[in-house]
Amino acid sequence: MSFLRVVQGYEGADIPGAAQAVTEADVRRALEKPVLGPDEYLTLLSPAAAGLLEAMAQRANALSVQHFGRTIQLFTPLYLSNHCTNQCVYCGFNARNDIARTMLDEEGILREGEAIAASGLKQLLLLTGDAPRRASAEYIGQAARTLRDFFPSLGVEVFAMREEEYAHLLRCGVDSLTLFQETYNRSLYAALHPAGPKRDYTFRLDAPERGCRAGMRLVNVGALLGLDDWRRDAFFTGMHARYLQKKYPQTDVAVSLPRMRPHAGAFQPASLVGDRELVQILLALRIFLPRCGITISTREPAVLRDHLIPLGVTRMSAGVSTAVGGHAGETESVGQFEISDPRSVEEVCDAIRRRGYQPVFKDWEPLDGVCAVAV
Amino acid sequence: MEHDNNNDPLVIGGSVLQSRLFVGTGKYGSDAVIPEVCRASGSQVITVALRRVDMRAATGNVMQHIPKHMRLLPNTSGARDAEEAVRIARLARAAGCGNWIKIEVISDSRYLLPDGYQTARATEILAKEGFVVLPYMNPDLYVARDLENAGAAAVMPLGAPIGTNRGLRTKEMIGILIEEIGVPIVVDAGIGRPSEACEAMEMGADACLVNTAIATAGDPVAMAMAFGAAVRAGRQAFLAKAGPVLCGGADASSPLTGFLGEA
Ligand code: SF4
Repeated sequence: MSFLRVVQGYEGADIPGAAQAVTEADVRRALEKPVLGPDEYLTLLSPAAAGLLEAMAQRANALSVQHFGRTIQLFTPLYLSNHCTNQCVYCGFNARNDIARTMLDEEGILREGEAIAASGLKQLLLLTGDAPRRASAEYIGQAARTLRDFFPSLGVEVFAMREEEYAHLLRCGVDSLTLFQETYNRSLYAALHPAGPKRDYTFRLDAPERGCRAGMRLVNVGALLGLDDWRRDAFFTGMHARYLQKKYPQTDVAVSLPRMRPHAGAFQPASLVGDRELVQILLALRIFLPRCGITISTREPAVLRDHLIPLGVTRMSAGVSTAVGGHAGETESVGQFEISDPRSVEEVCDAIRRRGYQPVFKDWEPLDGVCAVAV
Repeated sequence: MEHDNNNDPLVIGGSVLQSRLFVGTGKYGSDAVIPEVCRASGSQVITVALRRVDMRAATGNVMQHIPKHMRLLPNTSGARDAEEAVRIARLARAAGCGNWIKIEVISDSRYLLPDGYQTARATEILAKEGFVVLPYMNPDLYVARDLENAGAAAVMPLGAPIGTNRGLRTKEMIGILIEEIGVPIVVDAGIGRPSEACEAMEMGADACLVNTAIATAGDPVAMAMAFGAAVRAGRQAFLAKAGPVLCGGADASSPLTGFLGEA
């Protein structure tokens, strides 16, 4: 059984249609339930729920404070390579885009790591395009070994891997995995990924589960909101997180809510997700999955990010460059997408504090390298 | 006469504590409030997740906010099995956090319920290594006995699932532990209101650990003070031995046995 079975179970179901049929009374009923099922989650994503955002926000805020406290974890991405063999139509690293391709060598990785560490950040997310022959699991693992002294927590957001490859990364010091399905709509997925290994919908869909099986501490899933009808993708994102939480209770599951951003291609999203819609997704998700981590990246503008802090966000990126070598300032390479919140780490921390929340830099202690345990 | 707390110390692992309220460090909007919480609550024991401690950072480190007089109770938050808990405990001791350790082994990210078997394994190993081990547990008599036999210095049963503020949902089970277990009982997790901490103490619990209810209160310092008072009141009531609760009215007369006195 994989999450594919869950997706298949909804084949032919008119999810946006079902959301349209929801009444305000349905929403109020759902909000009174202590534990929500999939139907209630969809209820909270409905147009009827859009009129009850404040009530949802009150509950989402209370749940978040209760389970996570007034804290926001901070991380930053480090782009190792922008080589890519895929042609995702919505991405600036698309193999057909004529951009300078670079890949950091060990020295470059160290320089980037040092530059980021100087900002005080302790959680790092390593990114590559999808070119497994160049930026392979071995290469990414080596990068992790180089960086683990600076960063107690290392995550990867790279191509979908096999379970052994995830296990290898874990041995190199990686503890979390982020992998976006982009869209859960299989036919749209095929159209958006015309060539390259990422075309394999099922291999990608099952990758987070392989990460859980390999022993990743945190697995973060998501859809690129706007590619398909946002209600459908938000619904399946929540269902995916719930599936992983139930099946792999040892893994912390988190969700990211990235919206489409301008990039070096010409693709325009199908379904625009406005700020109100983004907030509705965030609130519905928090109420549906009270213990799920929720990540908001610098794709979102500073003012909006600041307002989202009390609504259920648990992790934010800060001090971001989406260009390879962008932190040490030694590159002119093009970023993967344009960021909207260019503030420094200290500025983001100040904004978090102004909301009465505490920025958290470190939330994991690596356990390797300690004397063997006779358990 | 008011009860004198100085004559009612709590002894754990050979250490004498005057306060029976333990506090936490997680979930605060700012760590800067921690010294005030310690002062207002009167607490002498504070738990801190090693995973959040950054020994290398001079600033922005939770440790710098913990007053010197507090006894550190590092916890193994993040451990998913006994092996990880043992490693975290050793790291905490090596990092200078002392030899008290709160074992948390949680392998369920949805409900955050403690794993009794793994907790007992970790407790056994660490107690042998000289740690003062305080395991967080479900209030299950058999698990509590295992933990006591494994060398736990106290046991920390949950009142309700962690962070829920739902109160003493496991009251009956905690009552059994109070009756049966020889080491101190520290009610941990679930307590949302001072009245609930007071109730646990009235029942005969030896101490309470409160984190979420203080950290997420509108005014954490005032709430810390309220919890300190509630725990003292509950303890005092316990020592004062409350009169029995009567069902079905007063027993001023003895209709069935009164004739005995009249003879
Ligand atoms: S989204 Fe990833 S795989 Fe697709 S083109 Fe961009 S970098 Fe390559």
